[in-house]
Amino acid sequence: MIERGTTPGEEQLIASILGGNSHEFHALIRPYERTVYVMALTLLKNEADAEDVAQEAFLKAFRNLKNFRAESKFSTWLISITLNEARSRLRRKSAVPMESLDEPSDEQGHVSPALLRDWREIPSESVERLEVRQLLQQAVEDIPLIYRETFILRDIEELSIHETAETLGISVASVKVRLHRARMMLQKRLAPQLKQVNPKRRWLPWS
Amino acid sequence: MVIDCKHVWNHISGYLDDTLSAEVKELVQEHLEHCEICSAILDSTRNILILTADERTFELPLGFSERLHARLSEEIEGIRPAPSKSD
Ligand SMILES: [Zn+2]
Repeated sequence: MIERGTTPGEEQLIASILGGNSHEFHALIRPYERTVYVMALTLLKNEADAEDVAQEAFLKAFRNLKNFRAESKFSTWLISITLNEARSRLRRKSAVPMESLDEPSDEQGHVSPALLRDWREIPSESVERLEVRQLLQQAVEDIPLIYRETFILRDIEELSIHETAETLGISVASVKVRLHRARMMLQKRLAPQLKQVNPKRRWLPWS
Repeated sequence: MVIDCKHVWNHISGYLDDTLSAEVKELVQEHLEHCEICSAILDSTRNILILTADERTFELPLGFSERLHARLSEEIEGIRPAPSKSD
């Protein structure tokens, strides 16, 4: 498969920054502010920690930019740095018991979906409602860490399955299993909740 | 060959990502055509992925960007020397 590398615009910016125009780093990272923050937030479940980790990740990226290799995507590199920062923050927070990164036994890992017969689509406008955003956020944050990491990279940050495997240092097969469980956990919890928060008159056709 | 609902559930993710083998994909597709429950599971899962990936779902805190760039400026303008080790 063909992995896209860093975009030409980014390559130029990086070359220029390394050549001495350090201030251009601001422009390089602007498109990724949200990506890095959301990733930190969903891993750490705390806004203050997430902002700290996001800042640290960007600083680390700036300090280590000379080690970045153009054959990988800049975004993927940045995401790896963020993941490492978030993981080490999680380890340091001794007050909070560290979530296990061990694979649960198959019995525990198996998730059945919610069986709704008359599911209708929730319009994307519903995300404008705070209640819906909170349901979605809480559901993502409640997935066990091992599955959440995979879900964030693949379904929120939209890395490919291969990039997700590489970033997490696990096999493609493991990514698929973890992703499936994460998605089923979300479906099981959110499908009934989202169905309830949406009054019928608000249904709108969308695809 | 006919597959049952539980079997289809195991392939929901693969179906969404289009990573199933042609053979399995066809079996799943056939099942989905006449099973309301599995179609609803597929639709709701896809729908939830769209909603969780929606930019509006997770918002940046107020002033996040300003604080970040201010911090970066301190670093860039060399208030502290850039460490030469590569961690
Ligand atoms: Zn079925």
